[in-house]
Amino acid sequence: MGHYSFKTPDVGEGIVEVELIDWHIAVGDEVTEDQALADVMTDKANVELSSPVAGRVLKLACPAGEMVAVGSELVLFEVAGPGNEDEVAPESSTGEGTAETVAPPAGTPSPQAPPPTPAASPRATAPAPHPAPAIASRGKVLASPAVRRQALDAGIDLARVPGNGPAGRITHADLDAYIATPATATPRARSATEQFKVTGLRRVIAQKMQASKRTIPHFSYVEEIELDALEALRNHLNTNRAPDQPKLTLLPFLMVALVRAVERFPQANATFDDEAGVVTRYAGVHIGIATQTDQGLKVPVVHHAESCDLWANAAELQRVAEAARDNTATTAELSGSTITITSLGKLGGIVSTPVLNKPEVAIIGVNKAEDRVVARDGRMAIRRMMNLSSSFDHRIVDGYVAAELIQAIKAMLERPALLFLPGAALDQGVPR
Amino acid sequence: MTTKCKVLVVGGGPGGYVAAIRAGQLGLDTIIVEADRCGGTCLIRGCIPSKALIHAAGRFEALNSHARKPRMGISLAAAPTLDVAELIAWKEGVVDRLNQGVEGLLKRAKVRIVGGWASFSDAKTCTVETGEGEQTIRAEHVILATGSVATELPGLPFGGPVISSTEALSPTRLPARLVIVGAGYIGLELGIAYRKLGCEVSFVEALPRILPLFDRELTRPVEQWLKRHGVAVHLATRAKRLTETDDGHALEITDAEGARQRLPADQVLVTVGRRANRDGWGLENMAVDLDGPFVRVDDQCRTSMKNVWAIGDLIGEPMLAHKATFQGEMVAEIIAGHRRRFDPRAIPAVCFTEPEVVGVGLTPDEAKAQGIDTVVGRFPFAANGRALAMEAGGEGGFVRATARRDNHLLLGVHAVGAHISELAGELSLALEMGARLEDLFGTIHAHPTLGETLPEAALSALGHAIHIAN
Repeated sequence: MGHYSFKTPDVGEGIVEVELIDWHIAVGDEVTEDQALADVMTDKANVELSSPVAGRVLKLACPAGEMVAVGSELVLFEVAGPGNEDEVAPESSTGEGTAETVAPPAGTPSPQAPPPTPAASPRATAPAPHPAPAIASRGKVLASPAVRRQALDAGIDLARVPGNGPAGRITHADLDAYIATPATATPRARSATEQFKVTGLRRVIAQKMQASKRTIPHFSYVEEIELDALEALRNHLNTNRAPDQPKLTLLPFLMVALVRAVERFPQANATFDDEAGVVTRYAGVHIGIATQTDQGLKVPVVHHAESCDLWANAAELQRVAEAARDNTATTAELSGSTITITSLGKLGGIVSTPVLNKPEVAIIGVNKAEDRVVARDGRMAIRRMMNLSSSFDHRIVDGYVAAELIQAIKAMLERPALLFLPGAALDQGVPR
Repeated sequence: MTTKCKVLVVGGGPGGYVAAIRAGQLGLDTIIVEADRCGGTCLIRGCIPSKALIHAAGRFEALNSHARKPRMGISLAAAPTLDVAELIAWKEGVVDRLNQGVEGLLKRAKVRIVGGWASFSDAKTCTVETGEGEQTIRAEHVILATGSVATELPGLPFGGPVISSTEALSPTRLPARLVIVGAGYIGLELGIAYRKLGCEVSFVEALPRILPLFDRELTRPVEQWLKRHGVAVHLATRAKRLTETDDGHALEITDAEGARQRLPADQVLVTVGRRANRDGWGLENMAVDLDGPFVRVDDQCRTSMKNVWAIGDLIGEPMLAHKATFQGEMVAEIIAGHRRRFDPRAIPAVCFTEPEVVGVGLTPDEAKAQGIDTVVGRFPFAANGRALAMEAGGEGGFVRATARRDNHLLLGVHAVGAHISELAGELSLALEMGARLEDLFGTIHAHPTLGETLPEAALSALGHAIHIAN
């Protein structure tokens, strides 16, 4: 009998300690090899540790819930055989059992050949040494060392390369031909990588997104809007619009709704300078419009949306978005927003989690409008439905306020007359 | 004092020092720790000193033979004399030169050499007791290359008249009667050298045959040499214990039937194998998985612990320097970001017995066991002009080529004969390149050389060798 000390392994990338979540064994348990011992957690993952030996558990390092240093003893086992503790010089690895059986074992070093037949050697009491793992004396692929190395460098599995050399040998020409062939006929594994320096607008986007997500605790809220009344109005307006009036999409209505809503909830039309610890609320409503351009994401701004009517907002929205796409937008047109709308149009999906346009504290995302089956008056009905997905800076905007804001927008979009009736109650949408 | 480095190599043998040089060449900040001189078992007390001793023993025996009986018109008036101290000093000179060469190469590759015994407290940290005090080294990558040590027999512990190959390579005087326990390649190489130097040598082997890693056909010429030179070989026999007698010692042995016998001996050389050097340097603190007596690695020599690598004898058979060297170079390149994998088609094995034996790839029996239909060709040294001209034709030497019957792909080449070890490179290259029999005899081999036996063996496999009757 010997003692075997199982040390806490490095289960992650150079971690120094793990949290012991749960033990699967207790002191006194008989454990088989590979039996689960414990669950541990690193900052990246939960890992189940299994036993390297069979034996009886003598000692556990700590109760569950504590931190354990990598390399420190986790479990002490009593094992058959010498173990790894207190054994400065364990028995010779060939394992002759007793002093009586003094004899040369079969194991003179044997290059290439497997260990000789154990029948003639006194090894019965000890496990026979295994041959080295994964070192085959002869692989399957027939190719010269140079070809094998070239394939490895190119990330190509030679087993897939047809060999046209003698005896099916894969020649340099075969490998070159395989690399040159477009991967049309048979799909093949690709390992090429391409690296780009992140520069220009992409770098600005990366920095802004990172700053936003790193510093702002986002709170997201999704609500569905019934659009039938709004769509009826929009269609009517579009059908009967004057030649100088732009065609209306949903967004100008949302802009008007937003202007109205933030009059009631000025917390959302604000910027937060978190280094200075100062919130700035704005009397004007300057709506950023997240716009996909050839260069990447830009946010042109409709300034003073509160001073524009529906038509003017629609026209201005169209103008600044086009300027952003044409790359003709001025710096002024690309800055100064106090709240942002993001819409992917037909690609709007069901739900999104918009990233705040720092230092703003609110962003409203528009998802796709579609006919859905809904319950109305105890019956199934088909309605034009659309979700709004919004995010708020939870440091500044409480969840309750955020919900009230979105409910107000919902009330206006579902009963569009309210958009044009300042002072009307905004706490209810269409009856469900 | 704590030193940090990118790569820490533990052990300065043929695996470790090559890993360190390659790592240095690749610009990695590298430290190598070695308690002895750099060079390892191979250079200090293995391959190289034994080859020096074998060479000197051959010279001594040749001179003796001329003194006994004139040959080629050469005669000696008196038998040559042997100064053992001078012989060992010459051998040490060879070792010193190589050792200094290795250390010079390490320094040129900007590798720091730390002299002392490493002791690991965790997988990436070790302390070394150096001449200038204790030094702590913390490394990003650790390459374990601690090699192997001679296996002891429980009833015959090393000490006094019981010696290992290490002592047999540095004798102060030669024993009159040497009994060698274990007739593997280490025992046979040393025993044959000692016999040539004039000792009375006998072997005790537990298996029913010598050199178990080669087949009977290959070992027969060696058996014949032993017989001709009066070397007793006790097969299927076990060494029991050493007792003292009036004029020295006697080793008690028991054969398969239980019959006992006492072999008088002045020294007993135990060469029953080597075991991985796993003890005494903190491996147990590194949390690496083991594989029987070895450290478990994958085909890139990664252990179960991240960024801890193991190469050479420590990870298993075959325990051969050239395998360790190849792995050492590979691991350094992997650490430097290259894609490499240990994927040899063959690892050659060479045995410097009398005559020499070499083997690469599969034997006919091994191929048969894998269900491969083969053709086998043989060509004797006795039919090779160069062999005859250097007295190497009369010992039953031959080359044997084994190939697939369907496409003549070479599976293995084995040979026994004087100087045959020097053919090992061509044999390995042929296997690595995926040569067929046609490639062997389609290559013009220089005449007159021993290498001409190779295309002839290949031709013989197809039934049309030129210089023998097929």
